[in-house]
Amino acid sequence: MTLTTTSFDWVRQLVHRESAIVLQPGKEYLVEARLLPIARSLGLADVAHFVEKVRHCPDPDSTRRIVEALTTNETSWFRDGDPFTALSSTVLPQLLGARGPNERLQIWSAACSSGQEAYTIAMLLEDALPNAATRVSITATDISREMVERTRAGRFSQLEVNRGLPAPMLVRHFTRSGADWEVAPNLRRMVTASQCNLAAPLPRMGPFDVVYLRNVLIYFDLPTKQAILRRVRDLMRPDGWLFLGAAETTLGVDDSWERVVVGRSSAYRPLKGA
Amino acid sequence: MRALVIDDSRAMRRIVSGILEGFGYETQQAGHGREGLDVLDGGWIPELVCVDWNMPVMDGLQFVSAVRANPAWRSVTIMMVTSESEHGQIVRALAAGAHEYVIKPFTADAIRDKLALLGLLPEGAAL
Repeated sequence: MTLTTTSFDWVRQLVHRESAIVLQPGKEYLVEARLLPIARSLGLADVAHFVEKVRHCPDPDSTRRIVEALTTNETSWFRDGDPFTALSSTVLPQLLGARGPNERLQIWSAACSSGQEAYTIAMLLEDALPNAATRVSITATDISREMVERTRAGRFSQLEVNRGLPAPMLVRHFTRSGADWEVAPNLRRMVTASQCNLAAPLPRMGPFDVVYLRNVLIYFDLPTKQAILRRVRDLMRPDGWLFLGAAETTLGVDDSWERVVVGRSSAYRPLKGA
Repeated sequence: MRALVIDDSRAMRRIVSGILEGFGYETQQAGHGREGLDVLDGGWIPELVCVDWNMPVMDGLQFVSAVRANPAWRSVTIMMVTSESEHGQIVRALAAGAHEYVIKPFTADAIRDKLALLGLLPEGAAL
């Protein structure tokens, strides 16, 4: 049985209501692909049966699983490379120069998925700074409870460590744990993971020196993008740095940011007085 | 760009070569390390070598050491592509002179990500 228009629309509305993410018509394949593992785990033949069942008799656990399945996106180590080079070559030295010796830098990996971005940052800092864990803290947040738990666990499969993690870093910062690889305890201590819906009022966090909000805004409509950028700005230090995905910008969305070129990457900084 | 794919499994050679050709590489294949060295000795010097570990005649680790012992091949980047997945084995391969390490099974995305890290993803290859 294939997904009916009514069922697809119900899923679209649910995901938009809970996360503000817009699923355009034509994304039926995505709904089918992401929800199939859940349907099968419940012993149902296909996604259409699963959605119909939840639609007629909604329960919080099923609706949460649907939203989480459709808001979890691809991730990899050192994804797109340049924003991480910018951190170690430019941003980190500037921030360390501007802050007192006892001030702890705060970095936020927003929409962290299973934690690769947060631990990529942690590895870079560990390699660049003596006693990095005492000088920097990394906050990793995601809308999905499952992704937050995975980030906390710091365990990655063989397939996951193959995705863009340099082999020298793998052997330096990970140990084998059964079939998986586990992040070293000193990196795990640097990272605190928690659940956070970017489309809703944010919890009290920060103030952040650097925010990685990459490949997130593309999923939202314009008013939601504007609201997210405003909330993120409120949690940042005035001289902080924001990194967006390569296909994202604040230009034409929120004019209270200044775009700066950092090496081969772009970053956005709060405009003074905006 | 050119790549030499060394693996005693013909199927695996075809898979790895196919992925690299998809990114725009010109490839040659060899069935073990000695055959791989013969290709280099013949003057076909690739930018990249993807080499398995366990092979007859000459294994991947011996091949890496032999390439690194010859200054004329210093520019060759070596990526081990193997099912050997222990921490200590990766350390040994890197110490011998391999630049990167991909553990089987892998996806085309994994190869693409590693090439991007190494600066060996040809212009125009989709990220």
